[in-house]
Amino acid sequence: MDASNYLYISALLFTIGAVGVVVRRNAIVVFMCIELMLNAANLSFVTFSRINGDLNGQIMAFFTMVVAACEVVVGLAIIVTIYRSRRSASVDDASLLKR
Amino acid sequence: MNTSQSLVYLIALPLAGAALLLLGGRRTDKWGHLLATALSASSFGVGLYQLSQMLGRSTEARPVSQKLFEWINVGTFNVDAGLLLDQLSICFVLLITGVGTLIHVYSISYMSHDHDRRRFFAFLNLFIAAMLLLVLGDSYLSLYVGWEGVGLASYLLIGFWNQKPAYATASKKAFVMNRVGDMGLSFAIMIAFATMGTVSFAGVAEQVENTSEAALTGMGIMLLIAAAGKSAQFPLQAWLGDAMAGPTPVSALIHAATMVTAGVYLITRSNFVFDAAPTAQLLVVIVGAITLMFGALIGTAKDDIKKALAASTMSQIGYMILAAGLGPVGYAFAIMHLLTHGFFKAGMFLGAGSVMHGMNDEVNMRKYGALRKFMPITFATFGLGYLAILGVPPFAGFYSKDMIIETAFNAGGVKGIILGSVTLLGAGITAFYMTRVMILTFTGTKRWDEDAHPHESPWLMWLPMAVLAIGSVTSGFLLSRGDALVNWLHPLFEHHEEHEHHLLEPIVVSGLALTMVAIGVAIAFVKYSRQEVANIAPENVSVFTKIARQDLMQDRFNEAVFMRPGQALTTTLGATDEAVIDGTVRGVGQLAMSSGSALRGLQNGFVRSYAALILVGAVALIAAIWVVVQ
Amino acid sequence: MLQLALEVGQTAKPEAVMFWILGPLAVVASLAMLLVKKAVHSAILMAFVMVILAIFYIAQDAAFLGIVQIVVYTGAVMMLFLFILMLVGVDSSDSLTETIRGLRPIAITAAVGFGGLMVSLLGQATIGRSAVGLSGANAEGNVQGIAKLLFSTYVWPFEVVSALLITAALGAMVLAHHQRTTTRPTQRQLSIDRFRGDSLGTAAGLPGPGVYARHNAVDVPALLPDGTPAAASINASLEARGDMLDYKKFELSEINTKVEEEK
Repeated sequence: MDASNYLYISALLFTIGAVGVVVRRNAIVVFMCIELMLNAANLSFVTFSRINGDLNGQIMAFFTMVVAACEVVVGLAIIVTIYRSRRSASVDDASLLKR
Repeated sequence: MNTSQSLVYLIALPLAGAALLLLGGRRTDKWGHLLATALSASSFGVGLYQLSQMLGRSTEARPVSQKLFEWINVGTFNVDAGLLLDQLSICFVLLITGVGTLIHVYSISYMSHDHDRRRFFAFLNLFIAAMLLLVLGDSYLSLYVGWEGVGLASYLLIGFWNQKPAYATASKKAFVMNRVGDMGLSFAIMIAFATMGTVSFAGVAEQVENTSEAALTGMGIMLLIAAAGKSAQFPLQAWLGDAMAGPTPVSALIHAATMVTAGVYLITRSNFVFDAAPTAQLLVVIVGAITLMFGALIGTAKDDIKKALAASTMSQIGYMILAAGLGPVGYAFAIMHLLTHGFFKAGMFLGAGSVMHGMNDEVNMRKYGALRKFMPITFATFGLGYLAILGVPPFAGFYSKDMIIETAFNAGGVKGIILGSVTLLGAGITAFYMTRVMILTFTGTKRWDEDAHPHESPWLMWLPMAVLAIGSVTSGFLLSRGDALVNWLHPLFEHHEEHEHHLLEPIVVSGLALTMVAIGVAIAFVKYSRQEVANIAPENVSVFTKIARQDLMQDRFNEAVFMRPGQALTTTLGATDEAVIDGTVRGVGQLAMSSGSALRGLQNGFVRSYAALILVGAVALIAAIWVVVQ
Repeated sequence: MLQLALEVGQTAKPEAVMFWILGPLAVVASLAMLLVKKAVHSAILMAFVMVILAIFYIAQDAAFLGIVQIVVYTGAVMMLFLFILMLVGVDSSDSLTETIRGLRPIAITAAVGFGGLMVSLLGQATIGRSAVGLSGANAEGNVQGIAKLLFSTYVWPFEVVSALLITAALGAMVLAHHQRTTTRPTQRQLSIDRFRGDSLGTAAGLPGPGVYARHNAVDVPALLPDGTPAAASINASLEARGDMLDYKKFELSEINTKVEEEK
């Protein structure tokens, strides 16, 4: 089987995640879509690792996961803080930075 | 040079008075005028002490100086704030503090009904201090400080009754016209600094030899402009008539005896500059001659007693400037005329104030008449001043004015004849208009307003007048006896050996002058004493009189030549600035603002729309890569 | 299971079978994640996609990453997501109607363009290349290979990342920390407030839910002696979440209270 098929599916998942970030309003769902995009990127790393016969790609994926974990922790804390003050998890409600 | 630590008290005493009275506020109302008078008198006392000290020293050791503090010290440029008292300054110091004190005394009574008398005395003290700084400064820069100080004091005092718009305008006019002259002085200082690297009198005097004549001529012309501004000389003479808006003691002190003579002081003090710049010196003479006639002609037509006297002041200062322009031979006579004029003109102004005091502040001479009986002392003192200004021997004016006329004739050649004739003619016209003032005011029929009750002024007012009258009688004789003043001032001026080529013998000159005076008096007598004088100025008069009544068109001339084009220029500049420069600047701002507000629509605050834009941007980026790869 | 997956990964054909089953499933699940209304369902679908990705990793000779994916992502991260979802409101469902005009067409157009371009570029980039395979690199074992790299070449980034983790933990604590602006009332103060307050109505404590009502569930308000429902008997967080039943329908006036006399 051609390993590049994994790359195609990675591109698809990434695109779906990007659409999700734009169209969904619930901050948590938006956040999950971002995670989906990161995971799609990880899949690419792993596939490139296999194609090149080199473990460096997997190391990159590993670091991505760690950074993503940090991001989730801080991001969710922010969401909780916003929810606490605005009683809403919609990203549209926090639209104070406008003209 | 000797130093003296007490010079500063000359200035500090009246300055302290001004500060105390201005800062002290109403609680000094009761005794402020007395304090101011006392301080002015004590300054006069210091002046007398200095004179006695000076007389006790040999000629070379007479000038004394005092360094106050290091003022400016930049690189090689050093200016110390220092005072210099020499034979020339002491004359001024005694004139300023002496006449000043007398006028303080006069004002105690004259201003007694004014609720703001304290402020008036504060300003008078301020003036005395500034004027003393002007004559005591040992550099052009110190002089400049005093020069501006007297300008300020003059402005404040002309506009003392600034509740009347006309008076406020008059003070503003005086201030603005003085600024023109002040610019001249500052330019002169700049020229001195640029070409000689020093601004002290001693330094400039030393450097004159090493300086080009062009620079000296420029500096001389600038000094002349400064002198013309302060001394109301042609072409900056227009403010003096309006300056009569101030209280009469102010007119006597500032606009007759002291401040207006600052120009003469400046020119005599800068004698080393003018002696080395013949062109500038010639201009001084011309300005003096023109103003002499100018003032005299205006004086013949004025019905306002103070304005007639102001025109006379202008004319008399013209004499002094003319004398100062004649070089070393004339300086001493200029100063002598300045001193005698200080006495008799101040006395006459105080007399005019006394008349106004008795006539409900009426200034129109056509509404006076026959006041001799009602104000005998005023008549006597005014009359002595009158005889002095006419130059009738042995009164003061005779000695000083005759000397000037004689020196003018001796200037040599055509110049001498022209100048001599002008001064002679001026003497005649002076006699005419002063006689006119005397006749209209003190003799003839009563033309008073119905509510006028003329009376003699209180002793506080007539005492200074009497003292000044004594000065008017004796000062000329005392100053010229054995050439006292000439010898006194002699060491200050570079002296050329006397080439005794007299165009006319002194006695002939005196005779001619007295003849002119007699003719002037006679004409005035015929015109005003033999005929009935209307109490309203007649309208059907010659064109000449009409023009003279309007101050020889000086205001119209200024308005047409300077004010209108100036206004047009500034309006154009303003419009250009508004349209082109501001327009460009605003255009840039407008562009930024409009493009900003157009782009602002993108900032709707919704994170998701920003994310969509990022996505679109990513698509564009990948599309670009795709195009490159293809 | 792991052994099976590893074996599947070793051979070409079983891998293709696995890929063509799980690949479409992952795409469908992620698409569904966008389309479902409830955030909890999204989270479940997300976890499903992540598990599929873990299998993909293992199939591609990345056993370590596959396990980490399941443990860290599906286990820890998704748990965190669900935890927050519970905190924010598990039942609240999103409306999927778009409120920002023109956003959805733009997003879909851009996404189609993005996906198409990516696929096209990938196709060009991978034409004529066959995978080297990791059998050489994984000769000493996948975990050992990664460890060797991680603690030699990547030791500095590794340490930096540890600092990042600590910072993130601190940041989360700071963000979640709630600053008290007043001192905590003592029990004595609370007691005084209860009895010295405006009314003695709550002096004996708030009414419990369901008292005298027809149900005794926590979301049913108690009835006061006059028959009106007591809103205070419901937990405030239930009310805030919108999970409270409409208490109007428990008013006595709405209920037929006529007792039919027994014969």
